[in-house]
Amino acid sequence: MTGKTKFKVATTSLAGCFGCHMSFLDIDERLFELLEHIEFDRSPFTDIKTVGPCDFGIIEGGVCNAENVHVLREFRRRCKTLVAIGACAITGGLPAQRNHLDLADCLREVYQTEPGTEGGRIPDDPELPLPLDKVHPIHEVVRVDYFIPGCPPSADTIWKFFNDLLAGRTPTYPHGLIRYD
Amino acid sequence: MTDQPTFTLDGEEIPFAEGQTVLQAALTADVYIPHLCYHPEFKPHGSCKVCTIRADGRNAAACTLPARAGMAVESASDALNGLRKVLVQMLFAEGNHFCPACEASGDCQLQALGYDLQVTTAGFRHFYPVRPVDASHPELWLDFNRCILCELCVRASNEVDGKSVFGLSGRGAGKHLIVNALSGRLADTDIAVTDKAVEVCPVGVILKKRDGFAVPIGQRRFDRSPISAQAARDAPRAARGSKEDA
Repeated sequence: MTGKTKFKVATTSLAGCFGCHMSFLDIDERLFELLEHIEFDRSPFTDIKTVGPCDFGIIEGGVCNAENVHVLREFRRRCKTLVAIGACAITGGLPAQRNHLDLADCLREVYQTEPGTEGGRIPDDPELPLPLDKVHPIHEVVRVDYFIPGCPPSADTIWKFFNDLLAGRTPTYPHGLIRYD
Repeated sequence: MTDQPTFTLDGEEIPFAEGQTVLQAALTADVYIPHLCYHPEFKPHGSCKVCTIRADGRNAAACTLPARAGMAVESASDALNGLRKVLVQMLFAEGNHFCPACEASGDCQLQALGYDLQVTTAGFRHFYPVRPVDASHPELWLDFNRCILCELCVRASNEVDGKSVFGLSGRGAGKHLIVNALSGRLADTDIAVTDKAVEVCPVGVILKKRDGFAVPIGQRRFDRSPISAQAARDAPRAARGSKEDA
């Protein structure tokens, strides 16, 4: 890393549990070192709602509804390098386990047949994003440059990724850092 | 030693015994060629093609290619590892390999191969096939979602257990593992928890009930060291001599 200009980083969670963001925070005091080289744009860390021009966009979670598609495409447009972080962004993860079920059956089960919800309505407010028939990993919607596997990836894995990337190296993960769980 | 024929593997002399395949000879010499459907106790099958090497300029499966004196074999090239990576990616895309929910995570050869080859994404569109599990048996259950069609359970059940519990059915993308019973249910077979077929599954299809997390995640086989570093342990028993067979 040379020069004084910091890399701009945006992060978001689509159909994810924020575990990857938690793991990001788990790099602990090394965050201070990282912040000498990067600054956050849109992110749950900053609560900025729209993504500006960024060097890196980091996406947690799969694509399960229309809003996810919108946000993902916006990230792809505004970020030079897009990174999928965690099992959900890479494979669809836990949310994709609904893929072999009929979506209408899922909604009926949740809103109409559970005890206490009989006779209830499936929410249809226009403000609510429409769910997709299937949950998709993000590479099925936009081009993705890098992947950090894990559920979530460990803080050390994320740290190694940033170190490689900021040094201009293709990120690699030695044994122990790459996990599919 | 001087009389033993040799071939070269990435420039290194590999001695071999009569009847050995390239993969068997390499593993005996402690040289790793990535592989998946090969198991030292069963006749090589050549179905997954992960062990593809280039022998005298032609691609071949190292597990089925007989070793020949003077042969020049190439294995550790970027091109061949790139091919292996794509094969592993396709296996991830074709099934439902949700590792975080799999008891075999850390013990899974497909996953470990992925680690070794730096497979970080399936890359392809996931098939998300619908493959219901079979939990009918009191001691075992089958999660077909993770099947990679290596046929090791088929071979083990036929050749070792003498029970013919498993088989493959269908063709192409529709090919799938079946249970050999009129009902199609594992409970209606004579499989036992101690059968070889239960032991050989390289992924998490055949699992024992009430046996979860006996070894914690993080301390499992491939958590301890990469699959490539453990190849010698699985090397062909006969060729390694009596030292480890005892």
